[in-house]
Amino acid sequence: MPDLSPLWLTLRIACIATLIAFGFGVAFAWITARFSFWGRDLLDAILTLPLVMPPTVLGYYLIVVWGRNGWLGGWLHEHLGITLMFTWQGAVLAATVVAFPLLFKSARAAFEGVDAEYEKAARILGDTEMQVFFRITLPLAVRGLVAGTMLAFARAMGDFGATLMVAGNIEGRTKTAAMAVFDAVQVGDYRLANTLVVIMSVVCVTILVMTNKLAARRVR
Amino acid sequence: MSGARKFGLEATFASHDDLTVIFGASVSGKSLTIQAIAGLVEPDNGRISVGGDPLFDESQGINLPTRARNIGYLFQDYALFPHLSVRENIAYPLKKRWFFGLSPEQHQEVAEIMAAFEITHLAESYPSELSGGQRQRVALARALIKKPSILLLDEPFSALDSMLRHRMRMELLEIRQRFAVPLVVITHDPADVEVFADTLVVFENGGVKEVSRRKHQPETADANIWRQKVCWQAKCEEE
Repeated sequence: MPDLSPLWLTLRIACIATLIAFGFGVAFAWITARFSFWGRDLLDAILTLPLVMPPTVLGYYLIVVWGRNGWLGGWLHEHLGITLMFTWQGAVLAATVVAFPLLFKSARAAFEGVDAEYEKAARILGDTEMQVFFRITLPLAVRGLVAGTMLAFARAMGDFGATLMVAGNIEGRTKTAAMAVFDAVQVGDYRLANTLVVIMSVVCVTILVMTNKLAARRVR
Repeated sequence: MSGARKFGLEATFASHDDLTVIFGASVSGKSLTIQAIAGLVEPDNGRISVGGDPLFDESQGINLPTRARNIGYLFQDYALFPHLSVRENIAYPLKKRWFFGLSPEQHQEVAEIMAAFEITHLAESYPSELSGGQRQRVALARALIKKPSILLLDEPFSALDSMLRHRMRMELLEIRQRFAVPLVVITHDPADVEVFADTLVVFENGGVKEVSRRKHQPETADANIWRQKVCWQAKCEEE
């Protein structure tokens, strides 16, 4: 039986990264969808940037910000003794950043697709702004949010470049499935490479099929 | 038209009748006026009161949030929540605690209002499964269940075909009597004026052109004169 531990590590990293990306993605999506403010387009562009930048460039940015001598990483190391570089938490950070734009974009489109008239009606019927969000906006946007979350999860699972830059490729600690495939091919272990590739492909295809089904399903 | 087009609304009127019609062409400012009454848009200055209670008074710094105005509002296309059943739509204003259902009294209230509107058999249907007339009844039931101090209706019959339109007008008159709620109807249809306007407010170009009361019309005046007050305007619209 080939060593599948990189797969479990990948799942753990992707799950946590997706959760974090969901929180930030939904918040930023709602703000940019519902409010018009100066610099909104610029903010949207910056938040979408990880989608189009080479993962290694992204990884470099993360090192600059979160590295031991980085803006935030330096402070973390100095005051809390924490460093994210070459840890699985660093891999979570990289996966979060690469997955974020997929969630943000889907969530923004989903929120923009909710007719503002329903929200007005809810206010007239006595709702506070928070009740409007949880009773109307969120349920009506839920398909887009779920689809975005699944895409983000698939992307987080498959990251290579950014994770390699930030977390390295340390056996048992930061070696994710994508890196294990790379290593296996390098040393000619095609049995391991095939196993990992098949499992990851099945997971990703399943996710994409489910996403398409969600997107295609008619709203009542 | 440029994206920077601005529309100014300056309107002063009062109505003491239970049936008020705001009549005007599509960009006359009538929609904006009832949105301001409901609190969906905030005027720069002025005063809005319903039944003597100020909802907005710029000079006194009063601006009640929409949710606290106790106003019923019928949207042009009804704005029934598509993810909720008819029963859930109607119960929506009653259910304010997230993790608890309705009390037995509230269930009773929902059942009674559904019976009053003859929509009990639609309770578990979703808005997309309803006809135009059924949607309007559900929207009215939802708007009236909290016993609002006034019911605002934004072009209530424009989404219906002409046969249904006549029937729903009569139904609305009945409902008004049964629920004893004053109505403000905005419309560009002279037929609505004939049926609903005890007070008629005519809007034009972001302002009030005329306010008149039916009971102040000369005894000899027939419905035609009342209707003619707005017919020229309707004609203008066609041209």
